[in-house]
Amino acid sequence: MTDVEHTHDPLAVPYREREQSVSMERMDEPGAPIPGSELDEYSELFTINIGPHHPATHGVLRLLTTLEGEIVKDVVPIIGYLHTGIEKSCEDQQYWKVIPFVERMDYLSYYFNATAFCMAVEKLLDEEVPQRAQYLRVIHLELNRIASHLFWLGTSALDLGAITMLWWALRDRDMILDLFEMSSGQRLHTRYIQVGGVFEDLPPGWDTKCREFLARMPSRIDQYEALLDRNEILLQRLKNTGVVSEERLLELGITGPLLRATGNPWDLRKADPYSCYDHFDFKIPVGTTGDNYDRFRVRMAEMRESLKIIEQALDGLPEGQYISDNRKIALPPRHELATSMEALIHHFKLVTEGFRVPPGEVYQPIEAPRGELGCYVLADGSSKPARVHFRDTSFVNLQMLPDMSKGHLLADMIAGVAMLDPIIGGVDR
Amino acid sequence: MPDATGLELIAAEVREQLGHETVVDTEFFRGRATLQVNPASVRDVLRYLKEEAGETFPHLMSVHGCDYLPEEPRLGVHYQLLSMERVDRLNVKTRVTVEDPAVPSVVDLFPTANFQEREVYDMFGVEFDGHPDPRRILMPEDYVGHPQRRDFPMGGEEVLFTFNEHQVPRWYD
Repeated sequence: MTDVEHTHDPLAVPYREREQSVSMERMDEPGAPIPGSELDEYSELFTINIGPHHPATHGVLRLLTTLEGEIVKDVVPIIGYLHTGIEKSCEDQQYWKVIPFVERMDYLSYYFNATAFCMAVEKLLDEEVPQRAQYLRVIHLELNRIASHLFWLGTSALDLGAITMLWWALRDRDMILDLFEMSSGQRLHTRYIQVGGVFEDLPPGWDTKCREFLARMPSRIDQYEALLDRNEILLQRLKNTGVVSEERLLELGITGPLLRATGNPWDLRKADPYSCYDHFDFKIPVGTTGDNYDRFRVRMAEMRESLKIIEQALDGLPEGQYISDNRKIALPPRHELATSMEALIHHFKLVTEGFRVPPGEVYQPIEAPRGELGCYVLADGSSKPARVHFRDTSFVNLQMLPDMSKGHLLADMIAGVAMLDPIIGGVDR
Repeated sequence: MPDATGLELIAAEVREQLGHETVVDTEFFRGRATLQVNPASVRDVLRYLKEEAGETFPHLMSVHGCDYLPEEPRLGVHYQLLSMERVDRLNVKTRVTVEDPAVPSVVDLFPTANFQEREVYDMFGVEFDGHPDPRRILMPEDYVGHPQRRDFPMGGEEVLFTFNEHQVPRWYD
């Protein structure tokens, strides 16, 4: 025993010292009250460490948890185990080479990271994106949103003890990844979104395959809801757990499904439509109480709305260019290289030097699967950004974990982390 | 977004209420309104904009740090304010020197700034006075230097393995 437990308020002890409070030393008098404290030996606070490597923490998240019995008294998220300095690396890359780096931040919603960055650079360049490219972006963004929510569904159901859901959700996610592979050649981190548009037009047959997916998915969501929504264990673990009030969430800067679960319909796609989201008819699902069950329902309903958006975008896909024809920022089509000297020069300049961006700084927020994803880019006039910073949604959302779990059972905290859906690659960058 | 005129009106309002020296500059670029304030009055300006201004901005969405090398003062801190009612954003920016990188913390006004100010401190060395938990957040706690500064070299850092852990400086501190 160290002196730590002897202080009157154990939670006032700095967390570094609390880490040392777990000791295997024999206690002198079993059951004797601890000096200076109202606690006896059996009701003392117990600090345990969950993670960084723990399947229920969705990555290398470390939670220093202080328990009284099974009740969580305090939890300190400790992050940084996956910090790879992506933002620093971005400063050493030309603008168009930054895209693959930022895609690897939040590795489940890579289209969103790339779109936020590309839209920020387009704003700096004052560049218009062709309408067809906007539609193609929206189709892929919404597919990615479904893929991300499916992965969330599988892994969080796994955390709550439903192993089957993981395989089922990943099976459907695989159909989306097949579509990504078809349109861009890659399944993950596709580098599909480019400054000025998208990388390639849709290949023949993509439309049919995507519609097959759209036709199949609603019944799949019905199946998942039938599986989970009437499951007594799941309902008991989700309903009325992890409730945080709307005011507190707004103070903490929480956005996305977590905020919408409390009934606040804040969604940037509706509130401040970017790209071409104002062309589509869709609804913003909201919850009522803001408990874990509402978070679950909101995400399930969001997948259905995303399907609607994709269907409308496929129906209304305009003809035209898939990338800007400004050769100073977008690569010329391959076939032009053989016939046009100018195209060859542009290609060479873009690949070797990249394009220069006028000095300035912009902030571009978009609605990612987890909330507002903001990209701040500082340009100094060269062909490399002076600063790329992401307001990563998971990083900000993680701050609500103590509010969610204090005073509740440890098992509810695990359900809370699952419904919070933090992606540690995005938290640590 | 407030337009360029709206930004000037906000700047004039803040100057009138909190003193002329609080707002250093205004900048309107690509539809983004930026109010550059004196580092010492960041907290007052943000509190005023959150609670008392004619058009309030009650939410803080993001805090960014940046390094304007070779310009002086080098370091910058950006606060992205949002009004959900008016779907309006305002950027408050302040610049501090590397020698005296002190900015008052706004965690008590906007609890969301907790992690984000720690990140700015970690990456740029900007010290937030009054922050409840002023520690590094992403880098290890014993790390020396602030890696996102523009004069901090990329790479060249020795990686700790079992074979060289005794030779790498300061590993045992």
